[in-house]
Amino acid sequence: MLRYTFYRLLQGLITVWFIATATFAAMHMIPGDPLTSERAMTPEIRANLEAKYGLDKPVGEQYLIYLKNIATGDFGISFTQKNREVNDIIREHFPVSATLGLLAILFAATGGVLFGALTALFRNRMPDYAIMFLVILGISVPGFVVAALGQLSLVNINETLGFTLLPVGGWGTVSNMILPALVLGLGTMAYLTRLMRSSMLEIVNSDFIRTARAKGLPATRVFSKHQLRNASLPVITVLGPAIAGITTGGFVVEYVFAIPGLGRYFVQAVQQTDYTMIMGTTVFYGAFLVFMVIAVDLVYGLIDPRVRLK
Amino acid sequence: MTASVRPLSAADLTPVYHEQVREVLTRPSLSYWQDAWIRLKANRRALVSLWIVIGLLVFTVFGPFVWRVDPAAQDLDQISQPPGVDRTAWIVTPLPIWNGETQGEGSGTGLRAFGDPDTQAIRLRWDPAPEATGGYRIYRNIFPIGPERAYGLPLVMSRNEIWYEDRLDLRPRTYYYSVLPLNELGEHSGEAQIVELEARRVITVDEARKRGLLALDHIPVNGETVKLKLHPLGTDYLGRDMLARLMYGARVSLFIGIVAPLLYVLFGILYGATAGFIGGVLDAVMMRFADFVVALPFLLFMILFKFIFQVSAGESGIMPMLVALVILSWPATSRLVRGQILQIREEGYIGASKLLGAKTRYLILRHMIPNTMGVILVTLTFAVPSAIFTEAFLSFIGMGVAPPTPSWGSMCNEGIKTMLTTPHELVFPALLISITVLAFNLLGDGLRDALDARMRSRE
Repeated sequence: MLRYTFYRLLQGLITVWFIATATFAAMHMIPGDPLTSERAMTPEIRANLEAKYGLDKPVGEQYLIYLKNIATGDFGISFTQKNREVNDIIREHFPVSATLGLLAILFAATGGVLFGALTALFRNRMPDYAIMFLVILGISVPGFVVAALGQLSLVNINETLGFTLLPVGGWGTVSNMILPALVLGLGTMAYLTRLMRSSMLEIVNSDFIRTARAKGLPATRVFSKHQLRNASLPVITVLGPAIAGITTGGFVVEYVFAIPGLGRYFVQAVQQTDYTMIMGTTVFYGAFLVFMVIAVDLVYGLIDPRVRLK
Repeated sequence: MTASVRPLSAADLTPVYHEQVREVLTRPSLSYWQDAWIRLKANRRALVSLWIVIGLLVFTVFGPFVWRVDPAAQDLDQISQPPGVDRTAWIVTPLPIWNGETQGEGSGTGLRAFGDPDTQAIRLRWDPAPEATGGYRIYRNIFPIGPERAYGLPLVMSRNEIWYEDRLDLRPRTYYYSVLPLNELGEHSGEAQIVELEARRVITVDEARKRGLLALDHIPVNGETVKLKLHPLGTDYLGRDMLARLMYGARVSLFIGIVAPLLYVLFGILYGATAGFIGGVLDAVMMRFADFVVALPFLLFMILFKFIFQVSAGESGIMPMLVALVILSWPATSRLVRGQILQIREEGYIGASKLLGAKTRYLILRHMIPNTMGVILVTLTFAVPSAIFTEAFLSFIGMGVAPPTPSWGSMCNEGIKTMLTTPHELVFPALLISITVLAFNLLGDGLRDALDARMRSRE
């Protein structure tokens, strides 16, 4: 286990290093340099500015400085939001994205386990068909469409009710978070429901369920204690990819619902080609995702001894 | 009674032969693919999906030959036009700028229209209000004012005049005008006068001639109408035909959705087959590298790749997206194929084939490839919707194809900005993406059930 952990962490570090290098290379391959868009300047001023920002140094040295800065967690200053450090932007806006993502995962996990269990209970009957139809829809409709249509229908609901049931956008209160988190978690919820259903159906035929029934346990107890609990285990395995999906899905949801999360700033930076911001957030997101997936895998190994790897 | 004795004939003395009954196949022998096809045909959902996919391909490939409208052409008479609205426009002579002259004005009180409100100009008149010591402010809204007093767009402030002519971007729709009296400080100082006006679509004689809607020598009589160009699915915010744009957008979306999976599945097959077939150290190294590529955050890297390949503005960005998809997506297929190859290598029939003297080439062509084909086809079908998803996502956040080229994702991105007033600009591309992805997903489910007994879902 320890060796495995070490191996995974090393792999994660290499991945992050690769991401950082790729971002650096990407930024250097783009024609022009950070000073191109500034006002016309004399060669002397330009030379001074280049010296100030270290752009006169050879690329190799710039790369080493860049790696050192990243290792110490310094991502530089945003290009379009002058005088704002990328660090500050991340520190200020990432908690918003994290809250939203956490809530979405909570929705997805509870909804997925619940609906998956329901479909398995009512197998090949009406509730099963209804939920599975919704699941296929949830998998097939892109997140931004769900977000936009969710917002549109909320506008109509608020209009018919005559008062604001839930705000359509913005951030701050719990009521602001409900719809975005639901929309964000929907795709994952659909996927989890599907997984949960097949896992429930598989477990129903296993020996320990038969034993539990044979020793006279009430059906509800067999269901909740033996079936549901064991069936929910695979849910944890897909939490890693789910975190990645919800993080990138957050880009769109935050953009549509006007939520001041890091995802929206990332999309904005991409649209405005704010180089330092893109570099900083890409490396940050990359590191976050890589280590989250590793963490989920390790936790799964702790919970389920059967999958403990050599 | 005596038994009649029949004389023996020659036929009685021929030996009786035992007829040889061979085992007969009552049903024709089925190949793997015939069997799969029968099973697929029994699956209604998959079959319907297959027809939808075929329909989409026909729509994309042959649609532009039937509906010959340039997707980039702008129809400035019909901007943001919802589908299926009345296309009649009244022919009018151009109105000169109004100077507030009210000759021939009918009776009426409150805020009212002077003359017929149409898309050329809406002329407003209202009663002087005693509390309007600082003049009036005129607002226009496209939604009813409602109890929250949302007056909408402030058009202009007038000093003493009690008339206003609106020529600002008028469309054939209902407008809600309000006039509010102001005090000296410019604050609202009294009750608003509100009027609801329906603007009629008009076109001037010159414009109608220029667009070829009216013969050059024909002088229209008063009240004559023309039919504007047909847009079955309406137009977008620049007056471009939605149907044509959806067809051309489908080309981008389906091109990426089909070509990218084909390329990376092919690469994955070669990679996985090489690793699985050769084995040993090479296999270990190759699979570690695949593990590493899998660990890269996919969408982040797509964005990064777009940046690397972004040579200059004006490039549509289809090739960068294709390359990035291929570079990042192959490992899943290669792992799958390697697993299959490792498994098949140990099968009894491979050993038997080797004993009979089969060469490696024969083994690969006759046994390895046909036996992995089913799994690969299923992977391919599921890869299509995910590639379409990726394209739509990137285009939606503005990293996909560049504006002049339509794609379903970028059309959604444009449509979402006018979602409340003209929802059709968002709904049509969104619907097409959803239907396509749904069809490929269901087809993939059906193929998996039909082709691959091991992956068959437990239902």
